[in-house]
Amino acid sequence: MTNKLFRYLLAAFLLVSFKAISQHHETAGQHAEKSEHQTENTEHDEGFDVGELVSHHLADSHDYQFELPFLHKTIHLPVILWTNKGLSVFPSSKFKGDNQGKVIVTDDKGNKYVRLHEVIYYADKLGEHEHPSAFDFDKRPLNFSVTKNVTGIFFSFILLFLVMYLTAKVYQNPKKLPKGIAGFVEPIIIFIRDDVAIPNIGKAKYEKYMPYLLTVFFFILFSNLIGLIPFSPFGYNLTGNIYITFVLAIFTFIITTLSGNKHYWKHILTPDVPKLLWPIMIPIEILSMFTKPFALMVRLFANILAGHTIMISLVALIFIGGTLMVAPVSGFFVIFMSFIELMVAFIQAYIFTILSALFIGLAIEEHGHEHEAKHVEHTI
Amino acid sequence: MGSLAGIGAGLAAIGAGIGIGRIGGSATEAMARQPEFANKIQTAMLIAAALVEGVALFAVVVAMIK
Repeated sequence: MTNKLFRYLLAAFLLVSFKAISQHHETAGQHAEKSEHQTENTEHDEGFDVGELVSHHLADSHDYQFELPFLHKTIHLPVILWTNKGLSVFPSSKFKGDNQGKVIVTDDKGNKYVRLHEVIYYADKLGEHEHPSAFDFDKRPLNFSVTKNVTGIFFSFILLFLVMYLTAKVYQNPKKLPKGIAGFVEPIIIFIRDDVAIPNIGKAKYEKYMPYLLTVFFFILFSNLIGLIPFSPFGYNLTGNIYITFVLAIFTFIITTLSGNKHYWKHILTPDVPKLLWPIMIPIEILSMFTKPFALMVRLFANILAGHTIMISLVALIFIGGTLMVAPVSGFFVIFMSFIELMVAFIQAYIFTILSALFIGLAIEEHGHEHEAKHVEHTI
Repeated sequence: MGSLAGIGAGLAAIGAGIGIGRIGGSATEAMARQPEFANKIQTAMLIAAALVEGVALFAVVVAMIK
């Protein structure tokens, strides 16, 4: 028993130190860049910039970087823009790694672009020292590029498809006992059917919504789990990006709204309160229609992003400390936080699914409780 | 002004700590009273903890934006 425990702890410690080494290679490159720009030779540096490291690892970008100790390669993903002169596709290596808006890329239609903090703007619409934000929509073309997050979605999709396809193949032959990966997936599917879908949506109508609930659960679970892997091609941050959780929450909102029946809309637009309170209650009810998916979005995003930020900051503690003596302490904290993050990955996927099921159940519930209220009134 | 954001996030952490601590306390007390319902109580505890943590993380997100 203790032999196994020792082996697991050793493996976890090696994984963490592997991540620290690969980050060290990458930040050594960053330090070299920084000291080139500085003309004077300062003693160590003005302070290791943890914020820069965190935003480099967690934000979306147009390049996909492999940072294994034996393989340092940057894949420049294609940039696909829809401008007012048509579609324009070019590899992002044309920007030559520039993120400060200095390199101007001209495409074959004559548009010029600059890139500032991973956002692409039209070069001729920017002033000389202007700092535009990503929400200045008239200065930006429509950006449909394949970025790091899009390849992350493709990875999650391929993983999800492989797991589910292999599971389905096991059940094709009804005479054989299920074995293999079906043994892992089937209890989870039964759990979602029996403890999430049926109690909230009801035995009569839950089957229509099972595909959506299963997809959402497994997509969020796999994306969270892949984000925890410290190896370089896998550690992308998918559910920690607010745009992705925004899309998931929009799906829940659309499904809830489109399947709302008459009673749902009756409760929102003509609630069961005295008519004088309607000017207050109706805006509150309409607002609550939007805040529920909003809360879903922010909850998943903030939990996963906070977890990833803590992990990166704990490893960066070694570089702030400056000595190698901090490494065992930092390694221990990172192992401890990894267990918590594993639990959070499962819990957040479960919470998103069960709250979606709850909202769908509220939207399609039939009217049973109003009769009871009237009966109670009459008997008293 | 980064330190004000840090203070805000710290206050949110206090709120989350108090809330989840109380949830955990009542859940274990209820499980001690009726051990046969321990599974359902644990499920309810996890859901309530995730909701409380969600509210605390709203504050963290606002602090991060500043």
